[in-house]
Formats: sequence, structure tokens, C-alpha cells
Amino acid sequence: MRIAIPKEVFPGEQRVAATPASVARLRELGFDVVVEAGAGVRAAYPDAAYAAAGAGILEGPEATWQDADLVLKVCPPAEHPGLGRHEAELIPQGATLVSFVWPAQNGALLERLAARGATVIAMDQVPRVTRAQKMDALSSMANIAGYRAVIEAAHHFGRTFAPQITAAGSVPPATVLVIGAGVAGLASIAAAKGLGARVRAFDTRAAAREQVESLGAEFLEVELEESGDGAGGYAKVMSAEFLAAERKLFTEQAREVDIVITTALIPGKPAPKLWEADMVSAMTPGSVVVDLASVQGGNCELTRPGEVVVEHGVTIVGHEDFTSRMATTASQLYATNLMHLVDDISDDGVLAVDMDDDVIRPAVVTHAGVVCWPPPPSESVAPSPAAAVATGPAAPSEATAVGAPDARPSVAGAGRAARETRRSNRGVLFVGLIVAALWIGLRVGQGEATASPALAAFMQHLTVFVLACFVGWQVIWNVSPALHTPLMSVTNAISGIIILGGLLSGAAGSGGAASVLGVVAVLFATINVAGGFLVTQRMLRMFRKR
Amino acid sequence: MAGVLLTVAYLAASVLFILSLRGLSSQETAQRGNLYGTLGMVIAVAATLTSPQVLTLQWVLLALVAGSGIGLVVARRVAMTAMPELVALLHSFVGIAAVLVGFASYLGGGDQGVIHQAEVFVAVFIGAVTFTGSVLAFLKLRGSVSGKPYLLRGRHGFNIALVSGCLGLGVGFVGEASTDGLPLLVWTSVLACILGVHLVAAIGGADMPVVVSLLNSYSGWTASAAGFMLGNDLLIVTGALVGSSGAILSIIMCRAMNRSILSVVFGGFGSDAGGTPARSAAGDAAAGEVREALVADVVGALKSAKSVIIVPGYGMAVARAQHAVRESVELLRGRGADVRFAIHPVAGRLPGHMNVLLAEANVPYDIVLEMDEVNADFPSTDVVLVIGANDIVNPAAQTDASSPIFGMPVLEVWKARDVFMLKRGRAAGYAGVDNPLFYHASTRMFFGDARDSMDAVVTELRQAGS
Repeated sequence: MRIAIPKEVFPGEQRVAATPASVARLRELGFDVVVEAGAGVRAAYPDAAYAAAGAGILEGPEATWQDADLVLKVCPPAEHPGLGRHEAELIPQGATLVSFVWPAQNGALLERLAARGATVIAMDQVPRVTRAQKMDALSSMANIAGYRAVIEAAHHFGRTFAPQITAAGSVPPATVLVIGAGVAGLASIAAAKGLGARVRAFDTRAAAREQVESLGAEFLEVELEESGDGAGGYAKVMSAEFLAAERKLFTEQAREVDIVITTALIPGKPAPKLWEADMVSAMTPGSVVVDLASVQGGNCELTRPGEVVVEHGVTIVGHEDFTSRMATTASQLYATNLMHLVDDISDDGVLAVDMDDDVIRPAVVTHAGVVCWPPPPSESVAPSPAAAVATGPAAPSEATAVGAPDARPSVAGAGRAARETRRSNRGVLFVGLIVAALWIGLRVGQGEATASPALAAFMQHLTVFVLACFVGWQVIWNVSPALHTPLMSVTNAISGIIILGGLLSGAAGSGGAASVLGVVAVLFATINVAGGFLVTQRMLRMFRKR
Repeated sequence: MAGVLLTVAYLAASVLFILSLRGLSSQETAQRGNLYGTLGMVIAVAATLTSPQVLTLQWVLLALVAGSGIGLVVARRVAMTAMPELVALLHSFVGIAAVLVGFASYLGGGDQGVIHQAEVFVAVFIGAVTFTGSVLAFLKLRGSVSGKPYLLRGRHGFNIALVSGCLGLGVGFVGEASTDGLPLLVWTSVLACILGVHLVAAIGGADMPVVVSLLNSYSGWTASAAGFMLGNDLLIVTGALVGSSGAILSIIMCRAMNRSILSVVFGGFGSDAGGTPARSAAGDAAAGEVREALVADVVGALKSAKSVIIVPGYGMAVARAQHAVRESVELLRGRGADVRFAIHPVAGRLPGHMNVLLAEANVPYDIVLEMDEVNADFPSTDVVLVIGANDIVNPAAQTDASSPIFGMPVLEVWKARDVFMLKRGRAAGYAGVDNPLFYHASTRMFFGDARDSMDAVVTELRQAGS
């Protein structure tokens, strides 16, 4: 069977759906491969290299599409400028097409392709589960986009990223804020760190913290407890309070950071407007905002998709083709994703699309002339939390365009979280009890307090007591288990404060028995105090770091 | 004026105590925390001494000097392995001091309102329970008294009788004029002493760490009660801090064992209810065979191991094997192996016991990990050395619903390639529960005193290295 690789026609698109290396692999799978002349030139893969890998080089689109059983492409089929025909019409009857399709936005295209009797597999619909990672083109493209975003930022930024101290004066490091720590965000963090910048990152998903910190960036948080973990590792839409707190955080950050890279996408919705006009105006002139969400309208209010604009002295980069700007690497990764997919849907050089395969089925948008998107809901296909857990603590490459199907808290982590909740519940209960006790105390006390000064004093002591319990309760929870013994021994020494009782009562009385008892009490308490503190000191001195 | 100064000093001391507890929450700040505590105590005592209420200054000073002397000597001499005993003993001192202060305050006259009498009563009661409870805990930990829980028939009834007896005495006591209530107070302290003994006697085995931290908590509440009695805010605050700290530690311990605090206090563990099923489980498992390992086997496995996890337990403490363990760790790390320690929250006889021992032996604390941090790593571990631990590595806690320790989180050592259990003999663990791990396919038993065994391992490793 024949695989055809046409030249991309979308304006500005520089990627190509196969590289000489992937052509060689496709031929090993048992296919003949033809490549349209000049298809890889803009990604630095000359025709000669394809020919050397065993591909046939054909002139012009019609020759290429003709007789193809399987067409591999990057962009969805579009009007061909050179021919004045739509690419959908070039597909041979009953052939299979694999490319990005974006079926939600391109309903008419689906109908058109179905009319040709084509089977179309959308790379953007491959489910993000462990088994499908090798064909997850969204992740591999997001990775490139994140890297490129930093390069674009550096290009438009008039300062260096890394700090320098020279004879001609010192230069501070640039501060980069990355919003959204999915695959693209993490790639941006790594690239910006690599250039020597100070990097901060924000994500609504608590699970992102670990990944952000593992790359050496600082994780910013809003002061609110709400996790943004949505289905499939994407972030979900957050509550109004959260958004307010987030806006406050961003406004503060706007004054401090030089570069903002936004990567926040919510599937099926326009990109959330996170970086507002007043935040842009609060930034130092010369700063740069790179909006990776510009295809979906942009995260920055002032983004103009496809353009680079300067507002309030701040450059706002709204390219829609970050990946295409790294065409060589992007093509290499995408071609490999395609090669894995072809491997999955073929057997010995013959196409066999298995509609029961729970990885392939969701990606098939038209099959044998019928539109079959959206796919029927299936438990095993949806990236369920269980599937996400299976991917384990995610390396960035496993993660996705905006969210990572990873980084669910581990089982131990979940246990800890549950414990935290239980703990805070107990805290609330505790406070409630205190208030109740005080209220009852005061009700009882009110009537008699005037009559009995002793009771008034008691109430006062009770207040002190309850507050002290509360402070103790709050302070101790953070103790690390390794320090339990020293903590116990220091509290033991401190409880030797009973010595004051001995001092006071031994004195207050009219001498005699009371004083003797007091002095003996002082003796015991002092042993406790001196022994306790010394022994604690001995223990603590032994703890050392490697 | 003096009153104002005293208040300021007390405030400073309270703040220092809070900072002290705060400091103790992490390794970096712990020493400073201890310093704050000491400073707070010095300020508190000095300020109180200068207050005009203290009349018998010379005797008090003598007691202070003598007490500090004894305390410092004991603290300097005590071996790290004896730490649990020392802590328990020191708790008992707080208890006895509180009882004495209570009596002194009662005899000393002053205002004898109903509230004050009630406060005296409470202070004496808690103090006495703490005192005898701690003394018994001390004896149990020291081994002078058997560590097995001692369970009276109808012990709950006995406890209730003691408590209601005390309450009855208390009601009578509070009504008495002047110091006529003295006999009642004496009787109260006697009953409370019995209660303290009985409460601690019924708890044993693996629950001892909880008991120690509970007593720690009691000693705090004792100080607080004394503060109410004397109208002294510093005592109240400090006591409350210590009391809540001990309570939290107890809760943390109980959680680590998947048991409620009530079942620990009134329990009696690994004895009555659990006994029969545990034995039947043992009967099933006994079909398996215990395989014995010699020094050469252990060293051979260690030499080829890339990753080693050591699980210490009370047996290591008893044998004082921590230094030999540390030497073997250094040798193994020198060979390029990744060696770590896995510490179960209730390993040893008091919370954090193992960490202290390993620190004493100069083991860097960043290779000493908690259960949650390390449990997932066992499947990828080549060799696990279990040194004198038993219940905390018992797979029955996960598999055998009839086991008394069922549901307690354990270290999953059986998932490693090779497990060597260093044990003195074939006896069951402190909880008295049989351990299927002994018969597990990957387990081999390395019998002998932990210290001798580890010394032998170190010697062999040395020879292999040279």
C-alpha cells in the first residue's frame, strides 16, 4: 500500500508529516512512500534525503494524492492555493487520512471528507492515556511550543536572561512568569531556566507544584484551598473567589516580572483571559508577554492572534505558529508520532483500522464515509483518574498541551491529603468547643462574677488556658516525626515549670509543712528541668546532615 | 512595679516556650528551640525568685542547686538507648511535684474558696495519676516489670470505681472549712495513685510509645491545673502547651497504628481478643519453613546489592547495634550501594526513638526516611535488613483480618528481592502476634544478638573490601 506525504498548503506552515528517518521506518512496516517535491524543504529536509531513504519523489499535489491509500498530513485539509481545489477533493475514494483535524471547529470539513468515503484519523483526538503516549502529538507539539515561546520572548526582550557582573556594571537576571504548568509550561520553565532567568510558575492544579519545583522554578500560590484538577489532567473552571485571588496575585506579579508566558487552555472553550489590560500596563516598559493560547483567542486581553503588538511599551507576542517556527524538530517529533500510529493501525503493510481499539476509536472522526465524531462515551477511553494514576508521576513528555494526565497525587499523597482534611476538620471542631465552653462559662459567670471575684479570676484563667491549648495545637502539628523524641523531652523539661508552683506555695504560707512541701517540689521539678533540657541538647547535637 | 516586671517576664517566658516548640518542628531550628526553652525557664524562675512572695529563699536556692546538679549528672550519664526510661521518669517528677504543690497550697492557707479547693483537688488528682503512671511506665521500659499488659477481670469497672471514689471524696473535700479536708485529699491522692498504676498496667506491648507521650500530655495538664490553683498564668500557658503537644503526639502515634486513642488507653493489646485468631493464623503459616542465613549469605547478598534498605526496630536499640549498623552503611556506601533507613512511626519504645539512636551513631538524617517516603521503593530494592523489628513489618496487618494488628500501616519489606531478619530468637514480637514474614519465600532469618551479627557483617565486608 502507498503512503503519500503532500506539501503543506496552510499559509506559513513549515512542518512536514514525515522525515527521511520516519520514511525509512514506514517502509520497514511494509509501505511504499511517496513525497511531494519540496514538502520538507522548509523544515530542512531536502528531497534528496527522502529519496535516499527510499521514498519516491512526485511533482505536484495531484500526482502525490493520486493512488494513495494513506495520506499523512500536518494541517487539516484546506483550499489548495495553487490548484484552486480543496484538498478534500484530492483524496482518492476510500483512502485514509491522518492529520490534525480539530473536528469541533471543522464540522463542514468532516462532512466533505465523509462524502469522499474517506477514513479520517484526527491526531488531536488521540486519547491521552499511557498506551497512546507514543502517538500523543499534542504533547510533542506543546513541548516545542513551550520552548519556542521562551526563544520568542528572548528575541523581543532588550535585556539578557542570565545575570552578569562585569567591569562595565552588573546586570540582574530576567524574571519569567509561566502561567499554566502543562507540557508547554514545563518546557518553557526548563528553557527559561536554561537561559539563566529566574522563573516562577502558576497553575491551578496542586499536582503541578512538584513538577514545577523539580525544574527549579518557584511555584506561586493563591491563598485559597481549591484544587483545579479537572478530568484528564486538564484544569477545570475555577470559582469566583479563586479567580479574584488569582487576579490579585497576577497584579502583584505584573510589577515584578519581565516576561510572562501564558499557556492556559480549557478544552472546548475559548482561552481564559488571565492577563488583563491593567496587568500589562503595570509591567515595566520593555517587558514581553508571549501568549501560547492565541489560537484559542489568547490568555492576554491585549493579544491579537497572529500578530506581535506593542501596548503600554510591552511587547505582546500572539503567534499562532510557534511549533511551525521550529519546523525541523517539530516535524521530527510529529513524524515519529505518526509512524507509531501507522504501526498501530496496520498489519504487514496493510491498513486495518480497529474500531474496537480504545485508543484508535476516539481518534477516528470519519469512517468509510460516515462521520463518527464525537465518539460514544466509553469509560475506558476517557482519561479516567485511574488511567492517569497509571502514568505515574509524570515526566513532562507524558503530559499534555495545557494539563498533564499525570501527577495525580500518589496513593500515599491522597492519604496525606485526607488526613490534612480530617485534621482541619478537627481544628474547626476544637474551635467550636472552645467558643461553646467560653459562652457557657460566661453565662454562668455573669450572674455571680460580681458576687465572687474568685469566679471572675477563674474565668480569666480559663481564657488563657484555652488560648494556650489552641496555640500548642497549632504549633505542634508541623513537627517532623524524626524529632518526636527531642520534642517530648523538651516539653517534658518545659513542664518542669511546675517549679514556680513550688517556689510560690513554699513561700506563701506561714512556713511549716507548706514550705517543706514546696521546697521538695522545687527539688523534683529542678531535676526535671535541668535533666530535660540537657538531654534534649545532647540528642539534638547528634542530628547531622550528610 | 514588681508586679508589672513579673508579668512582663512571664509574658517573655511564654513566648519563648512557644518559639521553643515551634523550633523543635524541624532539624535546622531544633537546637535553637531548645535554647529558647532553657532561656524561658531561666527567666521564669529568676523573675519568680525576685518576687516578694518567696520567703524561704535559702532553702529554695539549695533545692535549686541540688536539683540542677542531679538533673545534669543524670542527663549526661544516660545512654541514648535508655532515653525512653529517662523521659518517663522525668514525667513522674512533674507529677509528684504537682501533688506536693497542691498540698502545700492547701496547707499554706490563703483564700480557701470553693473554686480554689476544686482546683487543688484537680491538681492533686492529675498529679498523682501522672506520678504513679510514669513510675510504672519507667519500670516497664526498664524491664524491671514485665512489659506485658496486666489485665484485671472487670478492669473498666475498677477504673470507674476509682474515679467515682475520687469524685465522691472531692465533693466532700470542697465543702470542708479551713484545712479540715486534709484526710480527704490524702485519700484522693492514694486512689489516684492506684488509678495511675492500673491505667498504665493495662497498656503494654507496642502501645508503649503512646503511653509515654500520653504521660507527657498528663504532665502538661498537671502543670496547668497547678496554674489554676495558684492563679499563675505562666503555669497555665506552659502546661497547656505541653499538654496539647503530648496529646498530638499520642494522636499521631495512634494514627500510625491505625488505632483509636481510646482503644489504646483502655485496650490491652495483642492479648485477650487477638490471641486465639492470631495463633490460628500462625498455625496456617507454620506450614512454611523458616530458612536460616549465615553471615556469609548476608554479606554475599549485600555485596551484590545496588540498593539496600535497613529497617531498625527496638531490637537494635536493646542490642545497641546502631554503631555497627552505621559502619556497615558506610562500607556499603563506599561500595557504591544506595543505602537508606526506613523508620516506622512506632518503631522503638517512644516516638522518634530510632531517629535519635541513628543520629547518635552519626547516621546522616537525610538517608533516614519515613514510612510514607520509602514504602513504594521496596519492590525495586535488592536487600532489606530488618534489625530487631517485627510487628512493623508484619504482612498480616494487610492480609489477615483476624490479626490484632490488622489495618496498621506496615513497611512492605516482603516486596524486596531479599529480606534478612536479624533476630535474637524465634519469639513473636512485642505485640505477641505471629509474623508470616518469617516464612516468606524471600525471607531468611539471621539469628543472634543484633550487635554481634552486625559486627560480624562489618568484619566480613571489610575483608571483602580490602
